[in-house]
Amino acid sequence: MLGAAAAEAHPHVWITARSELIYAPDGTITGVRHAWTFDDMFSTYALQGIEAKTKGAYTREELAPLAQTNVESLKEFAYFTFAKADGKKQKFAEPVDYFLEYKNTELTLHFTLPAKTPFKTRQLALEVFDPAFFIDFKYADKDPVKLVGAPADCKMQFQRPNDGTASAQQLGEQNFLNGDSANFGAMFANKIVVECP
Amino acid sequence: MKQQSSFARGLAITVVALAAFVLADAALHALSAQNPFGGPRPAAEPRVGGIVGWLLARQSEFYREISATIRAAKTDGYAVWTLLGVSFAYGIFHAAGPGHGKAVISSYLVANRETAWRGIALSFASALMQSLVAVVIVGVFAWVFNATAKTMCGAEKAIEIVSYALIAAFGARLVWSKGGGFFRALQVRLPQPALAGVPHHHDHDHHHHRDHHHDHDHDHDHHHGHQHDHAHVHDEHCGHSHGPEPSELAGPGGWRRGLSAIVTVGIRPCSGAILVLVFALAQGLFWAGIAATFVMGLGTAITVAAIAIVAVSARGVAQRLSAGRDGSGVLFMRGIEFGAAGLVLLFGLGLLFGYLAAERVTCL
Repeated sequence: MLGAAAAEAHPHVWITARSELIYAPDGTITGVRHAWTFDDMFSTYALQGIEAKTKGAYTREELAPLAQTNVESLKEFAYFTFAKADGKKQKFAEPVDYFLEYKNTELTLHFTLPAKTPFKTRQLALEVFDPAFFIDFKYADKDPVKLVGAPADCKMQFQRPNDGTASAQQLGEQNFLNGDSANFGAMFANKIVVECP
Repeated sequence: MKQQSSFARGLAITVVALAAFVLADAALHALSAQNPFGGPRPAAEPRVGGIVGWLLARQSEFYREISATIRAAKTDGYAVWTLLGVSFAYGIFHAAGPGHGKAVISSYLVANRETAWRGIALSFASALMQSLVAVVIVGVFAWVFNATAKTMCGAEKAIEIVSYALIAAFGARLVWSKGGGFFRALQVRLPQPALAGVPHHHDHDHHHHRDHHHDHDHDHDHHHGHQHDHAHVHDEHCGHSHGPEPSELAGPGGWRRGLSAIVTVGIRPCSGAILVLVFALAQGLFWAGIAATFVMGLGTAITVAAIAIVAVSARGVAQRLSAGRDGSGVLFMRGIEFGAAGLVLLFGLGLLFGYLAAERVTCL
């Protein structure tokens, strides 16, 4: 009853995401590289108080402190990136190679999440979503997910979330039956499944 | 008499069982909310489909339109009117979400036997305060000091903790004062302890004269009854006021009584308003952002007031149903009030210790 309060949140931040799964030559998954573009309003908010030499053109260096803040804050939310290798939860280490880009009034955060322990797996399930649905993750229309250096016989499947409609309910029930990510935001999860025989 | 006291016991058991259910339910939700891959949570899923899903979709739409219209307003003065319209609609829909203290206001109204008028006044006053806090935060931090979003969100986080502590304290005070009424009503049903309860009652009231004062204003629970035993001792002024007296709300005493509720609910600004204000400031249209924030607050107030009216009416219905039941009806009503008070306390504690999630502060 009280807990349901959390389930009525609505997004305040929109992220258009692109992700890359990084493989070592031997087929081991070493990490995930994200590029998240924040919406206009949040980008403007995040830039509040940050000075640029040329007005309206922020350089990577000028944005470095903000990028630092971003990745530090994301830690609390496990980087909204949830991986399972053959059903077993995988953890990520702190982000590396992170930076912000400013283009067309929007900020894009680039960062790489190294797997805590690189792993080999038959089936990788990677979900990107905010369980509280404060942030709405939408994958880019073009090239949403890429496999980098994956063995040739790996097959990737990408499943977009449905919005809060009847089909989302169905998806929710399905998740519930799977006993998998059965919470509110999970209905808005982007699910990437990679199968390597 | 004997039959009645067993009825009272039955009621008491029902109330306790209900309270236990609410507790267990909250605990379960809290547990599963903590773990993104936690156990099944069947109750929440179907909600998304129907009305809530629709509400979510509307909110998102309106919210996204706000930034678009602020941008448009830079060149087209007419777009400001669109902005106000969209903000108003957003406020109305958004109040259906967390973080606006509907639960606190409604529970407070029920626990404290408040009128619908007072509920409306509280809703508007707290929404106004919420808007003001948002404008002051952005005005001081962003406009005056040109602070970064990180600094601002630090301030927001501090306010958030204070607001949760306030809700818990507010709930604790309600529980303290309502617990007295509940247990006295409980004692009245048992002949012996009833007398013992009386002196304690007076002692207690002097500590909480504000609530006490309030009791006198609104109590008309059982003045139509006949054999009250000692029940009426506790409500000796009953039967004076019926329903809302506008003067009562406007008077300084009336506002003071509600002030703690207003501050408790209104101190935490809504994250959406902060974002909109900063965005408007960056576009050189801070005034439009301020106008949008207050209009948003107006919309929020309307929804919260509507929910408050429902809560007060439900309480009224329960009261009418239990009116013929003599003392046990009183016990029932005190049980409801006690339960509502407990809900505020639980709500505050849950938020404070992270078992409940409210709308997140925008810190990224």
